[in-house]
Amino acid sequence: MPEYQTHEYDVLIVGAGGAGLRAAIEASAAGAKTGVVTKSLLGKAHTVMAEGGMAAAMGNVDDRDNWRVHFADTMRGGQYLNNSRMAEIHAKEAPARVRELEAWGAMFDRTKDGRILQRNFGGHRYPRLAHVGDRTGLEMIRTLQDHGVHQGIEFHMEATIVTLLKDGERCVGALAYDRERGQFRVLHAKAVVLATGGIGRAYQITSNSWEYSGDGHALAFHAGAALLDMEFVQFHPTGMVWPPSVKGILVTEGVRGEGGVLRNKEGKRFMFDDIPENYRSQTADTEDEGWRYTQGDKSARRPPELLTRDHVARCINREVKAGRGSPHGGVYLDIAWIKEKLPNSVEHIKKKLPSMYHQFKQLADLDITREPMEIGPTVHYVMGGVLVDAETQMSTVPGLFAAGECGAGLHGANRLGGNSLSDLLVFGKRAGEYAAKFAKENRAGQLPKDQIDAAARWALEPFDRGAAGVNPFAVQHALQEVMQNLVGIVRREEEMLQALEKIAELKQHAAKAGVTGNREYNTGWHTALDLNNLLTVSEIVTRAALERKESRGAQFRDDYPTKSEEWGKYNLRVQKGADGTVNIARAPVIPLTEEMRQVIEEQK
Amino acid sequence: MTPQNESKAIFRIWRGDATQGAFQDYTTEISSGMVVLDAVHKIQAEQANDLAVRWNCKAGKCGSCSAEINGSPKLMCMTRLNTLPLDQPVTVEPMHTFPRIKDLVTDVSWNYRVKKEIKKFQPRKPDAADGTWRMQQSDVDRVQEFRKCIECFLCQDVCHVLRDHHMHDQFIGPRFLVYAAALEMNPIDSADRIAELRDSCGIGLCNITKCCTKVCPEEIKITDNAIIPLKERVVDRFYDPLTRLFKMFG
Ligand SMILES: Cc1cc2nc3c(=O)[nH]c(=O)nc-3n(C[C@H](O)[C@H](O)[C@H](O)COP(=O)(O)OP(=O)(O)OC[C@H]3O[C@@H](n4cnc5c(N)ncnc54)[C@H](O)[C@@H]3O)c2cc1C
Ligand code: SF4
Ligand code: SF4
Ligand code: FES
Repeated sequence: MPEYQTHEYDVLIVGAGGAGLRAAIEASAAGAKTGVVTKSLLGKAHTVMAEGGMAAAMGNVDDRDNWRVHFADTMRGGQYLNNSRMAEIHAKEAPARVRELEAWGAMFDRTKDGRILQRNFGGHRYPRLAHVGDRTGLEMIRTLQDHGVHQGIEFHMEATIVTLLKDGERCVGALAYDRERGQFRVLHAKAVVLATGGIGRAYQITSNSWEYSGDGHALAFHAGAALLDMEFVQFHPTGMVWPPSVKGILVTEGVRGEGGVLRNKEGKRFMFDDIPENYRSQTADTEDEGWRYTQGDKSARRPPELLTRDHVARCINREVKAGRGSPHGGVYLDIAWIKEKLPNSVEHIKKKLPSMYHQFKQLADLDITREPMEIGPTVHYVMGGVLVDAETQMSTVPGLFAAGECGAGLHGANRLGGNSLSDLLVFGKRAGEYAAKFAKENRAGQLPKDQIDAAARWALEPFDRGAAGVNPFAVQHALQEVMQNLVGIVRREEEMLQALEKIAELKQHAAKAGVTGNREYNTGWHTALDLNNLLTVSEIVTRAALERKESRGAQFRDDYPTKSEEWGKYNLRVQKGADGTVNIARAPVIPLTEEMRQVIEEQK
Repeated sequence: MTPQNESKAIFRIWRGDATQGAFQDYTTEISSGMVVLDAVHKIQAEQANDLAVRWNCKAGKCGSCSAEINGSPKLMCMTRLNTLPLDQPVTVEPMHTFPRIKDLVTDVSWNYRVKKEIKKFQPRKPDAADGTWRMQQSDVDRVQEFRKCIECFLCQDVCHVLRDHHMHDQFIGPRFLVYAAALEMNPIDSADRIAELRDSCGIGLCNITKCCTKVCPEEIKITDNAIIPLKERVVDRFYDPLTRLFKMFG
């Protein structure tokens, strides 16, 4: 066996976004020797892009808010497929996690009485999102990073995990390569936390970066861990659609929270046309009531633009399909109209939505304080992920934990905006805490030399094929097209079966991917390795979506357009079969406790 | 320009590693709205799979894609092609101030080491029983300006103290003066960094050329709002009799 650089940890954390950093801080505070691996530089993970804010029922702006309302909102948004225990923990612990960030140096926007300001967001009953303009993720990641580097954590920047290592049933570490030199590193750990984020790069139009190749999902799957809810992929209703090169880049929901409205080409606010029954009592009847809501009038109800993302995205899709869209295949999102209401609207918009102003000005030559934006749905988030225990975040593989976007359970069939950043903090902390505990209670496992050698050999194969091999970027683009067109926002059986055939074909191509050049910072090579994860995750998403024969939350089936009571009883659980196949089984939804059932009743 | 020329452009990209390299020309198709990063990605996907480049957000939020475009330090993802003269090749090269790794990727690890040396945030006792503080928006505004920093290190790249004089071991550079300013002006921070600003941070080496401010993609007024006020604090503390003189000329 070749010699590998080996590092020993109590807890190894894969990912340096909000979840990974929060887990690392907790593990290291518990006395565990902690290592963190990240594909990018520190501070560049996806979390940095989050805009709107983090949800926590602190009640600073509206004192009617509390954890019970937040819990009920999260469950309603998730169409009751959520892990209710996770939703309860999340709603109860989020406020403390946000305050802790302030103690570590975060500078949130303030209320008049000097407390943390909170804003409205889709599906949240009261103003609940702690934020910093529209760059909340930057504030969060920088705070955690600047705090974390003083905690004795060891960071491996620009290193990528290619496989998890197992000793029998237990996860005992991982194999990484560093981008700079292309050398392997063995990371031996008593416990491993996955905090790798999402899968958006499987699609063409997405708000997600190159990092989102579903690594954590695929690593866990291949290590034998169960995944859950993989059919639920969130399309954010408002991505940029023009010019082509920026297609998919996110336009924060904060625009609607600040009073932005959606119109079709006829100038109609079409969101008033279709308000789901379970939200009717909470939704404004008139445009004026909706406006008053966004301006903090407590007697007003929210405008239909702030309904949940799955619903808004589908309404936009409907308008475009019906020929009422904007010139580039979207609809209009208008914040400039508030000049009718606010004399200083230009300054107000720039202050509340500075990076949106900047983004449109620079990338689309458009001044959002004067003109409406053109927007359309973009792949944004995956609700599905590694199945974990609600309290400890441990997966079905002992010693393997997961938190953040790559974990599953909190969001059910649809995530509410703002519930991800708080998820990262609440469950990142728990994952770090329990991983450290696991490390304390268990001795180091045996490193499996055969697994290490096999993975290293596999990872180097693209070099053997060299220029004669298949271009990995071409395979990636082909896969993105398949997923976008056949497993998108509206799904159909024939199309998904077609997608499975194509994915199988692309797997063959990927197995022949070749790269030229050497191992040093070779992006072609990195892409060739990521392909494996993208293909695994794409197949899983497609199979789960095929299996769920109903429409609920983020899953909309043209051939089964309604919600079914029967399907409401199950989550779909995915596991690797003995022969490497994707096995999907129904798992009963975790029943509500009597207390939580009452909370939901009282909040109806 | 003929229509054909309109849809193609030449990108002169620096290819090489830590020890050697050269510019190489790539001709690629361009379309409406494209930014430099799009062109680099297209070239990478179609002509040079192993071309090394950093990026994440493609929206000016992560500060990964810093490079020198036609000689100016810029984010590749925020530089529209229609702002560049496309009748000539567009040159794209790595930042000069940091050691090269490969192609457009440089070794910026020095920045992370420098930051760690600066005394960390130390809040005073919380104002309220629930462990929180009371701050007015007007008190946090100026700190929020500094906290917009995306750590692209373009200001570090352009600052002559680092770029031309290579004083990396004596001067922390504009990015970390901004960082120190955010801490020093934080209404609830209780640590004192004035002595270290003068000594290990080398604030005196900055001679207020304002080049850093000009390249900051976040439009942080680095010199006026961060560096000059910090310099004043250092002067007030250590050179009190000179303060008036400084103010007269500063
Ligand atoms: C544009 C945008 C705006 C958003 N706005 C909001 C918002 O306002 N509110 C909200 O709540 N949510 C928002 N979200 C969602 C939220 O930002 C993400 O879900 C969240 O940041 C994910 O955090 P994470 O810690 O799970 O993962 P990330 O922050 O994505 O971090 C993943 C980490 O894992 C590492 N990694 C991945 N694979 C590997 C591997 N194989 N080896 C080593 N390391 C690996 C990556 O390098 C990275 O460090 C937004 C998302 C986007 C894209
Ligand atoms: S103003 Fe100071 S820090 Fe900025 S570039 Fe000039 S010398 Fe460097
Ligand atoms: S201060 Fe501006 S230029 Fe310097 S690193 Fe921060 S964002 Fe970049
Ligand atoms: S890619 Fe994030 S700033 Fe350019």
